[in-house]
Amino acid sequence: MLPTDGAGRDPDTQPAGRAVSPVVFPVLDAPMGLRTKDLLSISDLSREEILLILDTAEAMKEVGSRPIKKVPTLRGKTVVNLFFEASTRTRTSFEIAEKRLSADTLNVTASGSSVVKGESLADTVLNLEAMAPDMIVVRHASAGAGHLAARLCRARVVNAGDGMHEHPTQALLDALTIRERKGRFENLKVSIIGDLLHSRVLRSNVLLLRALGAEVCACGPTTLMLPDMARFGVRATTSIDEAVDGADVIMLLRIQLERMRGCFLPSQREYFQFFGMTAARLRRAKPDVIIMHPGPMNRGVEIESEVADGPYSVILEQVANGVAVRMAVLYLLAGGQQE
Amino acid sequence: MPVVMATDQVARTITRIAHQVVERHHVLDDLALIGIRTRGVPVARRLAVALLEITGASVPTGVLDITLYRDDLMRHPVGPHPILRKTEIEFSIDDRRILLVDDVLYTGRTIRAALDALIDFGRPRSIELIVLVDRGHRELPIKADYVGKNLPTSLRESVQVRLVEVEGVDEVVIEDASD
Repeated sequence: MLPTDGAGRDPDTQPAGRAVSPVVFPVLDAPMGLRTKDLLSISDLSREEILLILDTAEAMKEVGSRPIKKVPTLRGKTVVNLFFEASTRTRTSFEIAEKRLSADTLNVTASGSSVVKGESLADTVLNLEAMAPDMIVVRHASAGAGHLAARLCRARVVNAGDGMHEHPTQALLDALTIRERKGRFENLKVSIIGDLLHSRVLRSNVLLLRALGAEVCACGPTTLMLPDMARFGVRATTSIDEAVDGADVIMLLRIQLERMRGCFLPSQREYFQFFGMTAARLRRAKPDVIIMHPGPMNRGVEIESEVADGPYSVILEQVANGVAVRMAVLYLLAGGQQE
Repeated sequence: MPVVMATDQVARTITRIAHQVVERHHVLDDLALIGIRTRGVPVARRLAVALLEITGASVPTGVLDITLYRDDLMRHPVGPHPILRKTEIEFSIDDRRILLVDDVLYTGRTIRAALDALIDFGRPRSIELIVLVDRGHRELPIKADYVGKNLPTSLRESVQVRLVEVEGVDEVVIEDASD
């Protein structure tokens, strides 16, 4: 610890140059951290931990607006980005976050690694661990890949998407975007529309949004519905009009053709006909609705371009917030666990 | 728990430092105040108010969080990081004369971190340091340009600056840390 010159951390103070108001703010002296070594699932996080990550991410955003977009915080730390699945946004976002914190980063992708020679995930992780990285960011097509990696190594593991299970940093960046736009989660109607069955984004978002008190409605065709959504406090519907009606936030999910090994949809055109987000359908939502999409978008399938590029869309804000959220997660995990 | 500066003394000290700034700088056009979180921020804002009253010139004020620049962050293998708060410097610091403000000057490590942080924002013409209390025991070659009160202390003691904006009261007290 630094000696206690200015030990307490403050809340926001008044605007510049004005007289001082005698408001007493709580002083948070104790540093806070996450209770877990790794970030594998939203279900491991308490409400307070989620808010800590969002607050830290909000502060991290400022680093990206500086002339020199880099702070020395993770100097000398090595972060491996282990990506077994294709990714543009998530991998780039993690890499930028790591570089802005001055970590040494390297990328291992399935196609360029010994995975093509038949090496297992466990062996790959153990070999990486032998080179003593400090953190490993894992994306894999199988649920639980991050958990397996976390059990095998001392390095801190961040789940960057494991099969159809979870994508915690996506849900966190979605939450940051919603909080910036709406300022709250309570009494907010968030409708998630699309391929629910195959979506790790849905699973992480449901856990997070319910933990923060939002009302969640999930909508999709019967073949892509998840069983027993009510158990997670989610209202499920196959009617897009019902989902859009009075919604504050509409989150569209990609139709994941690569995961469909069965007859889930007659055709993409039919899906668009019944579930595609169009400007006409959007009129039923709240006037200040925001449109979100985790990317990559299938224009003309789950969303029409007029909506994706329209005034309600915050899709690129989500991408921008992704870097800040990942910086926050890396910073907090690097600090170690809370007692 | 002796009170070494009472409410009126804190106010008078800030006014005196503002006068010293005016005396040294004459023209305030290219000055900017930057307060180090936590308690440097209210001190910087009060200095801005005092400078406005004395000269009629309003000096831009920024907020600096040095957490990401601390030299002890990665020294402790276990134990959570301090909470990060926003840095808000909404003006270019290039070619400005910066007045860096903190409550207590002790080892100098906070100031070292703040200097590193500031230099990432640009190239100021100069940086001067203002502190409400200098309690000694420097571990780095750092010296303040304006000192509210020199307070010789022992290492066992801790100096607590309390400000209305944070604690609801203006005072500086010395506490025996071994209590």
